[in-house]
Amino acid sequence: MDLHFGDSKPTDDERAAVDALLGPPESSWEGADRSDADLRWARGGREARDRRDLLLPGLHALNDRIGWISEGGLDYLCRRLTVPPAEAYGVATFYAMFSLRPRPATVLHVCTDLACTAAGAADLCAGVEARLGPGVCVQRGPCLGLCERAPAALAVRAGDPVRTAVSAPATVREAVLAATAPDSAPEEPPAATAAPQAGDPELVLLGRVGVVDPSSLDDYRAHGGYTALRRAFELGPAGVIREVTDSGLVGRGGAAFPTGRKWQATASQPDHPHYLVCNADESEPGTFKDRVLLEGDPYALVEAMTIAAYATGAHRGYVYLRGEYPRALRRLEHAIARARARGFLGDDVLGQGYAFDIEIRRGAGAYICGEETALFNSIEGYRGEPRSKPPFPVEKGLFGKPTVENNVETLVNVLPILTMGAPAYAAIGTAKSTGPKLFCVCGSVERPGVYELPFGATLGEVLELAGVRPGLRAVLLGGAAGGFVRPDELDIPLTFEGTREAGTTLGSGVVMAFDGTVPLPRLLLRIAEFFRDESCGQCVPCRVGTVRQEEALHRIVERTGAAAADDIALLREVGRALRDASICGLGQTAWNAVESAIDRLGAYE
Amino acid sequence: MTVTPLGIPRRLLEFTLDGQEVRVPEGSTVLDACRAAGKDVPTLCQGDTLRPKNACRVCVVEVEGSRTLVPACSRTAEPGMVVRTDTERARHSRKVVLELLASSVDLSTTPRVAGWIKEYEAKPDRFGPEAARLGEEPRVDNDLYVRDYDKCILCYKCVDACGDQWQNTFAISVAGRGFDARIAVEQDAPLTDSACVYCGNCVEVCPTGALSFKSEFDMRAAGTWDETKQTETTTVCAYCGVGCNLTLHVQDNEIVKVTSPHDNPVTHGNLCIKGRFGYQHVQNRD
Amino acid sequence: MRKRQPKTYTRLTHPLVRDSRDEPFRRASWEEALDRAARGLQGNRGVFGMFSCARATNEMNYVAQKFARVVMGTNNVDSCNRTCHAPSVAGLSAAFGSGGGTSSYEEIEHTDVIVMWGSNARFAHPIFFQHVLKGIRNGARMYAVDPRRTSTAEWAESWLGLNVGTDIPMAHAIGREIIHAGLANEAFIERATTGFEEYRALVEPWTLSLAEKVTGVPARAIRELAHAYARAERAQLCWTLGITEHHNGTDNVRALINLSLLTGQVGRYGAGLQPLRGQNNVQGGGDMGAIPNRLPGFQDILDADTRLKFESAWDTVIEPHYGLNLTEMFEAMEEGSLRAVYCVGENPAQSEADSEQAVRRLRQLDFLLVQDIFLTKTAELADVVLPATAGWAETEGTTTNSERRVQRVRRAVTPPGEAREDVDIICELAARLGHDWKYADSEAVWNELRSVSPDHYGMTYERLEEHQGIQWPCPSTEELEPTYLHGRLWEKDPARRGMPAPFGIVRHDPPVDLTDEEYPIRLTTGRRLDSYNTGVQSGGYASPLRRGEYVELSPEDAEHYGVVVGEEVRVSSRRGAVTAPVWVDPALRPGLAFMTMHFPDEVDTNQLTIEANCPIAGTAEFKASAIRIEKLPVATIVR
Repeated sequence: MDLHFGDSKPTDDERAAVDALLGPPESSWEGADRSDADLRWARGGREARDRRDLLLPGLHALNDRIGWISEGGLDYLCRRLTVPPAEAYGVATFYAMFSLRPRPATVLHVCTDLACTAAGAADLCAGVEARLGPGVCVQRGPCLGLCERAPAALAVRAGDPVRTAVSAPATVREAVLAATAPDSAPEEPPAATAAPQAGDPELVLLGRVGVVDPSSLDDYRAHGGYTALRRAFELGPAGVIREVTDSGLVGRGGAAFPTGRKWQATASQPDHPHYLVCNADESEPGTFKDRVLLEGDPYALVEAMTIAAYATGAHRGYVYLRGEYPRALRRLEHAIARARARGFLGDDVLGQGYAFDIEIRRGAGAYICGEETALFNSIEGYRGEPRSKPPFPVEKGLFGKPTVENNVETLVNVLPILTMGAPAYAAIGTAKSTGPKLFCVCGSVERPGVYELPFGATLGEVLELAGVRPGLRAVLLGGAAGGFVRPDELDIPLTFEGTREAGTTLGSGVVMAFDGTVPLPRLLLRIAEFFRDESCGQCVPCRVGTVRQEEALHRIVERTGAAAADDIALLREVGRALRDASICGLGQTAWNAVESAIDRLGAYE
Repeated sequence: MTVTPLGIPRRLLEFTLDGQEVRVPEGSTVLDACRAAGKDVPTLCQGDTLRPKNACRVCVVEVEGSRTLVPACSRTAEPGMVVRTDTERARHSRKVVLELLASSVDLSTTPRVAGWIKEYEAKPDRFGPEAARLGEEPRVDNDLYVRDYDKCILCYKCVDACGDQWQNTFAISVAGRGFDARIAVEQDAPLTDSACVYCGNCVEVCPTGALSFKSEFDMRAAGTWDETKQTETTTVCAYCGVGCNLTLHVQDNEIVKVTSPHDNPVTHGNLCIKGRFGYQHVQNRD
Repeated sequence: MRKRQPKTYTRLTHPLVRDSRDEPFRRASWEEALDRAARGLQGNRGVFGMFSCARATNEMNYVAQKFARVVMGTNNVDSCNRTCHAPSVAGLSAAFGSGGGTSSYEEIEHTDVIVMWGSNARFAHPIFFQHVLKGIRNGARMYAVDPRRTSTAEWAESWLGLNVGTDIPMAHAIGREIIHAGLANEAFIERATTGFEEYRALVEPWTLSLAEKVTGVPARAIRELAHAYARAERAQLCWTLGITEHHNGTDNVRALINLSLLTGQVGRYGAGLQPLRGQNNVQGGGDMGAIPNRLPGFQDILDADTRLKFESAWDTVIEPHYGLNLTEMFEAMEEGSLRAVYCVGENPAQSEADSEQAVRRLRQLDFLLVQDIFLTKTAELADVVLPATAGWAETEGTTTNSERRVQRVRRAVTPPGEAREDVDIICELAARLGHDWKYADSEAVWNELRSVSPDHYGMTYERLEEHQGIQWPCPSTEELEPTYLHGRLWEKDPARRGMPAPFGIVRHDPPVDLTDEEYPIRLTTGRRLDSYNTGVQSGGYASPLRRGEYVELSPEDAEHYGVVVGEEVRVSSRRGAVTAPVWVDPALRPGLAFMTMHFPDEVDTNQLTIEANCPIAGTAEFKASAIRIEKLPVATIVR
C-alpha cells in the first residue's frame, strides 16, 4: 500500500518496543537501513497487509513502554504493519487507556463507578490529586472490576517491563504509594479473598479457587484438571456438543443463548478455518467473576477452551482480556505457556493429533468491546465498533470466518458438564436455568465477592449469604445495563426465567446493593455518564441519545414530581428509540437502569 | 477457455412488505425492495456506490420476529419475511433519530431532511438550548475543498470512499469515541499534512454538505450559490486516456463543481484530483 | 515549503496574426485570419504536415485527417501519440492486426494476476488503478516492474526494480523460464501463433542469472513473476510509457506481447494486454485516421480496396503510400521538405524530446498555423493563431478511451470571446481552399465516419448515450461485442481464427544515452498525480500537492553530492543543462534520478532528454538520459 508518513521518527525506545513484539524489520521499506537488495526487489502485497491484527498489541507495546503513543512511534508501527496512519490514529483514539498526547509515564486509574462511588471514590480522587505531583497522571474511569474491594485504583508505570500495582480498597496513602512506587506496593490479596465461599467442597465452578496453586499445572491436574479434556477426546466433537446441548448450558454473558446450539452451528459451517474466542472483556460495572476465575484457576479456562475448540473444529483460540486486569493477564499467560510446554496446547494436544493454541489479546479500555462483534473488530485491529447482524458470528465472525464466542464463565461450565455428565449437571438449578451460577455481590454488604449458587436461589438468599447491611434501598441486577429492584422484591428467583417474569434481568450476574448513602439520581447520572462515555459513536440513537439522556438526568438531579415530568417524558421517548433503533446491546440497554429506577423505585417522585 | 462471465442468474424471493407480497432478486436489501415498490423510506448514510454502513438508523423498519427495529438499508431480504415500514414504532424511532441529529448537527445543507422533519413531526429544539452540539468550525486548509464537520452526521461514507471500497488512500478515519468521535486525518492534522490526494471522492458521497468544493463553500458564504440556476452536463475528462465521465455543474457559465455519474462503468462516481478540480484552465478567460 | 506556481495561461479569445515573424501578434477578425491562413497553406500542398490533436474529439480528428488527405493531398498527419503510445499501437497491430488494448477495465477486477510494467498508474491513471485495486481486493496478485518503487509498486506482491532500458532482457528471461518450466501454453502457441521456434532460440541465452546481471533484479524475483504469470488462469499485462518512451519502444512492446502469446493470456475474458493511454483521445485520434499510415477505422492505406472506398466517399485521390509521422515531419522540416504546418492543440515546442531542436525546426517553416485554446510556446512561433474551444467542456462530440470505449463529450460552458470549435474552423479553411464540406453538427461528422468505418458503424449517438459509451469493434447497431479483443485466436476453425499472431523477434538494445564518468546518473521521467503533461491545463488550479519541478535523487546520491532538499543544483546532459531544486525520494536507488515535464517554464526537463527515436514508431527515449548533478557555488535553498 502506498502509505503516507510524516517526518516524525521513532525514538530508540519506541523502535525497540515495536521490534520486541514484531521482531526486527526485514527490509528498509519496513524501517530497516537501506540495502542494495531492498532497492531491487521488494515484497509486499497480501502478506504485508495481513498483519493488521497486530495493531492493537503494537499500540499496547508503545503505550506500555513510553506511557503514550507519539506520532513517530505510531508511524513506525504503521510502517511495520502496512497500516495507514490515519486508521491507526482512529483505532488508538478509540481506547481510553491509550494517550496520543504526551503524559507522565505513570497513570493512576481511579474507579469512579457505582460501587466505588458508594465507597467514597470522590474523596479518594480529590486526595490523590492533591498529593500526587505532575509526575503522575490521575485518570478517573469506569469500573476496574475490583468492586469487592471498593474503592479501587490501578497504577500503571510505563517502562521495560511495564509495572502495575493495584490498590483496593484504596486509601489516599496506599493509592499514592502504588502510583509512586509500584514495585514496592504490597502484593494484592489472593484471589480467594474475593470468593468468600472458597474451600467449600460443594463448589463446582469456584472449587479450585483458593485451593490450587494457580501457577502450577501439576497442582491443577492433581485437583481434577484435564479429566474433562480426556473425556472430550473419548466422546469426539459431536459427542461433546451433544453433552453440552443436553446439559442445558446457556451463555452466562447476559444473552442466555444455548451454548450447544452455538457450537453446533459453528461446527457445521463449511467455511474454514473456525475460530474460538473467549470473551474475558468483563467490563459491566460490578462484574469481576472472570477476574477471580482467571486469577484463581487459570488452567480451567485453558482446558475449557481446548474442549470448545475441539468440539467446533477450531485450531486457534483468542482470549480477549480486558486491559485493566494485570494479574489475570500474568497468570493466564503463564498458564498458557506451561500448557504449551507440556503438550496440552500445540500441534498435538494430549498426543491426540489435534492442534490448538491460544493467543491473548488485551483490551485497552472500551466497554463496547465486550460486544461480540466489536470484540472481533478490536482483535482484527479496527475500531471496536459492533457489526450489523446478520451475518452472525457462527457464520462470519473473527476474520470473517465461523467463530464461537463464549465468555469465561460459560466456558468453565463445560468442565463439570463433561466430568459429571450432562444429566447430573442439568439436575443442578431449575428446569430452564441449569447448572451453577456465579453472582458478583457488592455494595452495601458485609462480605462482597463472587458467590456460586445453583440457579434458582432467590435474591434474598444471595444477599443473605453476603451479609446485606441494614438500610437497603435498592438492588441493581445485571450492572449498568441491568435494572433496579426494590428491597421488598427479595424473593425474585435468580434464574433467567424468574427475573424475566419479574420484569427485570439477570444480566451477567451482578447484584449490587445500595443503601441511602448516595442519592439515587446521582447513581442514575453516573450510569448515564458511563453509557455516554462508552458509546462507540457509530449509530445516531446511541451516540446522541446517550448524551441527551445524561443531559436530562442532569437537569432533574435535584427535581421531583411535576418539575421532573417533562424530562421524564423526554427520557422515555429517547429511551424507546435507544432500545429499538441502536445497533447493539449497549445502546439498546442504555436506558434500562434509568427506566427501572423511575418505574420501580419511583425515582423523582 | 473462459468466456465472458454473465454472472449466475439471481433467484427471486418473496416476502411481505406492508401487507403486499413482493418479489425481489436474492441479495436485495429491504431498502431495495421498498424502493422497487415505490416506498420512500428515508435514509442518510446509504450510498449507491458503497456497502451499507447502517449508522444513521433513519431507515429502520419493523420485521416480524425481530426484538429491535432493523435497518432497511443493510438487512438482506429473506423469503417469508414480514416487513412493515410505517408502523408507529418505526415512525417513533425515525422521529427521535431526526431530532437527535438535528439538535446536534447543522443539517442546513442536507437535502430532503427538512421535509422528513416535517413529515415525522420531529422537534429538535425540545432538548433545550443547552443541548450539546458538535460545535465545529469549518476547516479551510486548502483551495480545493472544505471540511465543515459541524454538518457531519458521521455516516462513514467519506471514510469508506477514501478507504478500501474505492480510493484506498486511507487519509481519513473516525477518531475518538462516542459523541466526541470525528472524522480526522492522522493526528487530526490539516489535510495538507495528510495522505489526502484530493480526489474529492469523499465530497462526492457526503450526504450533508459537510464536505464541499471550496467554490461552493465560498459562493454559499457570499450568498451566490443557486442550484436552480445551475446546469449539469456530462462529458469526458481530458487529463488522461482512462476516459472518466465528468458531470460539470455550471452556474453563470462558470464550472462550480464536478461530479461523476455513480453508475458509470469507468468511474463508478470516482475521479482523481485533476478530473475533479482541474477545470479552472478553461475559464481563465482574461 | 514555498508553493511554486507554474505559469498560468489565459484563454485565447480572438484570432491573432502577424505579417512577419519579427513582429508581435495583432488581433485580427476571423475573416482576415482565415484568409491569411488559407493563403499560407495554399502554396504548400504536398509539403504540408498536420499535427492533429490527441486531446480533441474524434470528430475533429476525422475532419483534420480528411483535411490533410483531401485538401492538402498528403498523408502527413499525426499527433502527439507519437511521443507516447505509438509503439503500443505499432506493436499491437503487428501482432494482432489492431492497435487497441485487448481488455476492458472491468476485466482487471476479475483477473488473477496483474503485471504493471513501466506504469505508475496510481499517479498517471488513478481511476484505472481503482479497477486494479478492486482486482487486488478480489484476490488478484499484482506485480510491478519499474526502476522506481512507485506508489503503484507499493501495492505489489513483488516489485522488480530493473535497470532503465532492460525491459527486453527481463521479458526474454521470463519467456525462457516459462518455456523451461514447461508452463508455455502449447495448444495456444500451436494454434494461434507463428514464429515460436525462432522465439525459443531468441530467448534461450537469457538465463535468469544473465538477466539478473543485466537488469539488476534477483533471479528469484524474475522466476517468481514468470511462474505467477504463466500459471494464472487469467492474467493482465499493463504498461505505460516506461515501455514505450524508449528508442526501441516498439520492440519493448513486442517483447511483452510475446509473453501473452507464450501463455495464452490474451483473447479471453480477464486475460489480455492493456497499454494505458496518456491522453483522453490518443486512442481515438489513431482510430480516426489521424496517423500517417491508416485511414479512419484503422484501415490500412496500402490496401487498394480501402483506398477506393474512401476515394469514392470523399471524391478525391488518396496518396497510395504512408505519410510522415510526427518525428519524421520534424526531420523533414530540417531538410526543408516540409514547409507548412497546421498544428491543432499540440505543444511540440515543449513536449518534444530535445525541445530546443524542435523550436529551431518550427522556426524554419514557411508557414505555421496554430489552433489552440492558449497561446502556448508553440503558438508563440506561429504566423496565425486561431482560438479554439476546449474539447471536453465546450464542444459536442466523442472521444475514445484506453479500453476502446467511445463516449460522448458535451458542451457545458460557452467558449470565451470569439473562440470557435475545431471542426468549424477546419471546414472554413477547407472551404477557402475549394472544399465545401457541410456538417450540420458533430453528429453529422460522426455519421460520415460510421459510414466508412465498420468498427464504428453500430455506434449511433443515441446508443452511445444509452450505454454510457460503447467499445469498438461495434459493427452492428443491434448488438454489442465482447469486452475483449482477439477471441478469434481461440477459435477451432482456422478460417474464423484468422491471421495467427507472430512472436516478435526483438533484441536487447541498451539506451542510446550511456552513463559514464562524466554523466553518471540515469535520469528517467514521468508524471505526478496532480499535474499533466506540460502543465498548460493543470497549472490552472491550486493543487495542494503541487510543489513545482524538482530533480528527485536517492538519499544516497543526495548525501554523495552533499545536497539537501530544496537546494538548487545544476543538472546537465549531453544536450543541455537546467537548474532545479533537489527532492529526495527513497523510492529511487543510487544512480537513478527522476524528473517530470510538468513545469517547462520553470525547469525545461526536455532540454535534457534525448531525441533518440524508435525507428518503427518514432517515439523518443524520454525515459533514459544520462545526466550529472553539480552543486552550485552558492547554495540556494527553495523552501
